[in-house]
Amino acid sequence: MLIRHPDEIAPSEITPRELYLDRRRFLALGAAGALLSADALAALTARKSVYSTAEKANSLKDITGYNNFYEFGTDKADPAAYAGAFRPRPWTVTVDGEVMRPRTFSLDELMKLAPLEERVYRLRCVEGWSMVIPWIGFPLSALLKQVQPTSRGKYVAFETVMRPNEMPGQRSRVLAWPYREGLRIDEAMHPLAILAVGLYGDVLPNQNGAPIRLVVPWKYGFKSIKSIVRIRLVEKPPATSWNLATPNEYGFYSNVNPAVDHPRWSQARERRIGEFFKRDTLPFNGYGSQVAQLYRGMDLKANF
Amino acid sequence: MDAHSQALGGAARSSANEWLGRRLPWLKAALFLVCLLPLARAAWLLAAGEPTNPIEFITRSTGTWTLVMLLATLAVSPLRRATGWGQLLRLRRLLGLFAFFYASLHFTTYFWLDQFFDWAAIARDIVKRPFVTLGFAAFCLMLPLALTSTDAAMRRLKRRWGQLHALVYPLAVLAVLHYAWLVKKDLSQPLAYGAVLFVLLAERALRRWLASRRA
Repeated sequence: MLIRHPDEIAPSEITPRELYLDRRRFLALGAAGALLSADALAALTARKSVYSTAEKANSLKDITGYNNFYEFGTDKADPAAYAGAFRPRPWTVTVDGEVMRPRTFSLDELMKLAPLEERVYRLRCVEGWSMVIPWIGFPLSALLKQVQPTSRGKYVAFETVMRPNEMPGQRSRVLAWPYREGLRIDEAMHPLAILAVGLYGDVLPNQNGAPIRLVVPWKYGFKSIKSIVRIRLVEKPPATSWNLATPNEYGFYSNVNPAVDHPRWSQARERRIGEFFKRDTLPFNGYGSQVAQLYRGMDLKANF
Repeated sequence: MDAHSQALGGAARSSANEWLGRRLPWLKAALFLVCLLPLARAAWLLAAGEPTNPIEFITRSTGTWTLVMLLATLAVSPLRRATGWGQLLRLRRLLGLFAFFYASLHFTTYFWLDQFFDWAAIARDIVKRPFVTLGFAAFCLMLPLALTSTDAAMRRLKRRWGQLHALVYPLAVLAVLHYAWLVKKDLSQPLAYGAVLFVLLAERALRRWLASRRA
């Protein structure tokens, strides 16, 4: 007789947050007082990581209510307002290009590639604000090792899903859709670069890039592409959306750098959401001791 | 239109205008309160802890309402000409001063809350960042207009008052450019303000051109 082990419950079968919130509302309506605590229903468990910062994380309200996700509109309140109709499940990510073993992964397969970790990272937006976010995810390198990049796979190109029906922002031509981003292979293999599938102990809310997104904490936020459906290993630096839109303002690297201003505003300081005074922006967003060696010998003003 | 209906239209116009004139103190008071609504709304949202980035919210909100008040001020004369309600002109100063009021809040937010009196950084911004340069220039042009908005100043300056207050046209253009230059990519909002400003300025240009042809 086959006895199913509880571990075999596919992560994607676990009730998404929106549904259980609805259910909780329903329960609360039906029997006031029978409200279950959010902790009891947390969808994801993750181990702590040495890469986490000890800084105080921003609130869930801040993290889920103030987003740049132009697929849902250009106002920072738009993603929270319009991402409700987006369906993050079922989901697959195709990884191909210069690899030995191209493959399409289901979300469940991706979530089992490596143990999920909580990574509390600083996020610095190119606009001059920052947050601290407790992501849940796994190293991007775990996925890349599965497909075995060839020697010609020198860059990694990412693509967001294209669903104008569910993503109203994609119906306007504010950016060239689908959204595209890219990393050099050594950046992509760096242990700080993760694919996030959750935050605050839960699956990713739609407005934060559900169901799977990149998080590269030493680069400006727009490099951390959301709702990824395709990853391609390529030989040449891939085209990236903001670089295509305004090449003199957004470079391929876009490492956080207080010494290189945006042509229209200073990058020397930032406002941490929740704080009154601006704080100094740190080179590589404070991750310099881990990542600066990736760029040794490079002119960071020219390769902004 | 025959002479009879024209006369009727004229009568209706002048009676509406007379009504405006009689109710002017009330209308002014009501408009004053309406112009304070954006500030009340912003204060309410801030008190409720609604905006995630409060300083950005105050900056945006006061900037937006400066533009709205500026365009409303510029809309008074065309509206007066279109309706024949001369009394509307007596509401214009109130709107203009509210534009200055919101611009002052906007500028104060910038140097106090955003930069926190870091005058070196502010000076650098004004010199290096074109959108700050334009916004600062627009604010500087508003100052003499606000200072000469009194009846006494109007009497003293006579014809030069009108010449001085023509500064509202270039400063409105600067204000819209200031907005357009700061947005990251989505120009739809600044373009909307720009379109309204274009119509308001084009009406004046067209009228002058027609008048010069008649002369």
